[in-house]
Amino acid sequence: MESIAKARKICHLLLRFLAFGATLSAVIVMATSHEKASVLVFQVEAKYSHTPAFKYFVIANSVVTVYGFLILFLPPESLLWRFAAATDMVFTMLLVSSISAALAIAQVGKKGNSHAAWLPICNSVPKFCNQVTGALVVGAIAVIIYMLLLLNSIHRVLDPLIFRKC
Amino acid sequence: MASTGNNDSNNGEKEDLGFSSSSITTNETKGKKDWVLLSLRVLSFFATASATIVMALNKQTKNLVVATLGNTPVTATITAKFNQTPAFVFFIIANGNASLHNLVMIAVDLLVPRYDYKGLRLALIAILDMMAMGLASAGDGAATFMSMLGRNGNSHAQWNKICDKIQTYCDRGGAALVASFVGFILLLIITVMSIIKLLKPNRINHVP
Repeated sequence: MESIAKARKICHLLLRFLAFGATLSAVIVMATSHEKASVLVFQVEAKYSHTPAFKYFVIANSVVTVYGFLILFLPPESLLWRFAAATDMVFTMLLVSSISAALAIAQVGKKGNSHAAWLPICNSVPKFCNQVTGALVVGAIAVIIYMLLLLNSIHRVLDPLIFRKC
Repeated sequence: MASTGNNDSNNGEKEDLGFSSSSITTNETKGKKDWVLLSLRVLSFFATASATIVMALNKQTKNLVVATLGNTPVTATITAKFNQTPAFVFFIIANGNASLHNLVMIAVDLLVPRYDYKGLRLALIAILDMMAMGLASAGDGAATFMSMLGRNGNSHAQWNKICDKIQTYCDRGGAALVASFVGFILLLIITVMSIIKLLKPNRINHVP
């Protein structure tokens, strides 16, 4: 039974590390998205900081990155895992909200909104759009991993006997 | 020697205390209803349902003068409805799901006799609460930033603000958003309470 417990611990640690990596790369990819183009006679510059939704996405993901980094160092048998379940839930909801907001605004940027006379901007700044798409995809993966981690944390807290065995 | 509190939980690994636990649990939990949780669920149901309904019925038609051709003004009719924006459609879907979840949970609380909490029932309630909360938070986030975009526009993308032309639509949308936030916060409290309920029986039984 020792090996199963060990495998569980390694799996958990690996999942946490993946989640940390996913949020970190989402932050980096979104923050470095930057493109200048000229449309008709204007000089158009596209940056993530022009849109509050993308700023929220970057901020939320960086907060969760710091949290993910810190929780990698929590020893597996510590009593703080109950608190970690609560913080896991809070940060998962934060990630869900941020990815949803960023997706909403990115959808307007890609397809425009004819009723509000908003033209899509992806035709003029394709590189920016692709980079933002990549960041959102990684953000979505991070959300899924964090949901799995949340379920795992709650299961851990409810069944401490499983981890004290073997 | 008697068992203190609910003696059943989700895992089958706890030790048997020697006598049947169901008789004790029926005495303990049969008459007790958690009124606080139930009233919170009712409030949350009303909040999310009103957010859904207000946003779904949100519509405004306005005639604008676009240009003047000689002496006659050319008017264009603009209609603002929720289904023009995917973010608001998702907002309605998310809040509709959250209110449906609240309704089902209220029905379960009121109608199903609470003999025992054997099996995964408490865990299922907690997980469903969390899922509803996740949906509500996603819907809120998307609709908030979409409304901000409509109210302030985005000068860098040449997107003009539209709230000065369709004031009523924006106001009603804002009201629906506020109701949805209230519903989300209530759902958060409900989720925390459900999870605490999950933890209680285990804490009593798993004496190290």
